[in-house]
Amino acid sequence: MATRNASVRWHHFDSLQHQQESTTLGMWVFLATEVLVFGAIFTGYTVYRVAYTPSFEAASRQLNLLIGGINTIVLLTSSLTMALSVQAAKSGQRRKLVRCLGLTALMGIAFLGLKAVEYYGDYRDKLVPGLSFDPVQWTAPDVHPSQVQLFLIFYYCLTGLHAVHLTIGIVIIAILAWMARRNVFSPHYYAPVEIWGLYWHFVDLIWIFLLPLLYLIGTRDRWL
Amino acid sequence: MSKIKTTEQIASASLYYAVYIALVILTIGTVGLSFCNLQNWHTIVGLIIATCKATLVALFFMHLLHSARITWLALFAGLFWLAILMSLTLTDYLSRSWLQY
Repeated sequence: MATRNASVRWHHFDSLQHQQESTTLGMWVFLATEVLVFGAIFTGYTVYRVAYTPSFEAASRQLNLLIGGINTIVLLTSSLTMALSVQAAKSGQRRKLVRCLGLTALMGIAFLGLKAVEYYGDYRDKLVPGLSFDPVQWTAPDVHPSQVQLFLIFYYCLTGLHAVHLTIGIVIIAILAWMARRNVFSPHYYAPVEIWGLYWHFVDLIWIFLLPLLYLIGTRDRWL
Repeated sequence: MSKIKTTEQIASASLYYAVYIALVILTIGTVGLSFCNLQNWHTIVGLIIATCKATLVALFFMHLLHSARITWLALFAGLFWLAILMSLTLTDYLSRSWLQY
């Protein structure tokens, strides 16, 4: 456990600044690999969206855009509080740091709660392949139930993987908030807050792309 | 303890709020546009707006603007490999004929 105002320079770094930059770079390299993880699923999604466009459009229209839109705002706000908490850590404002980290984690939990409500609604609307799906409902021209189910599988895989990443982020932010309450961080030592802020913003970035790709494929005429 | 030179200037909170307002406006914009009849343009418009939002988050919230060049390199390397992944995969699949289910 680091002591108060710890600023230990590990021996293989030339300076504290070098150490800080290397820590940040390490997280960015990890995020680059995460881009490829989601990118692989996005690529699969793209292939089938090009091939089965009418079915994908029809299925996308049935998703709950109200919750999707609110969730986007929730995550953007949590990114704001995360950026503010990094700033608070840099300037030594412990109370503000704890408050902002707590708000970030809370909004992450709110996102998951809304997602759960949305998933339940999807179950009620018969949008869960294998669990609750009625092929008879999909009778528009050029729309095939099996292609609709493929879209829905991509939807659950992408949002599910995103939710797993978000959950991990929430746990870590909560731990950081607890550490901040115990005065672990200071203007000399705030690297964990900075790098997990990067992770949190990345999770937000994924959702920024998920919103148009899943919810806004074609022209929408309803919110729910 | 020697004085520590901060690696990046501390951005003011007002900058973060301004970026946040821009992000919310772009979100409202992208959702609103989806109700207009853009036909085939929905995809490209949605992706352009999403890229703008992503750029704002990366540059300001993630401090990329003030980061070392090598950090930029790590990000662009990831995006470059993603571009390879998507383009080579799509050249394969888009040049095939499709069976209908």
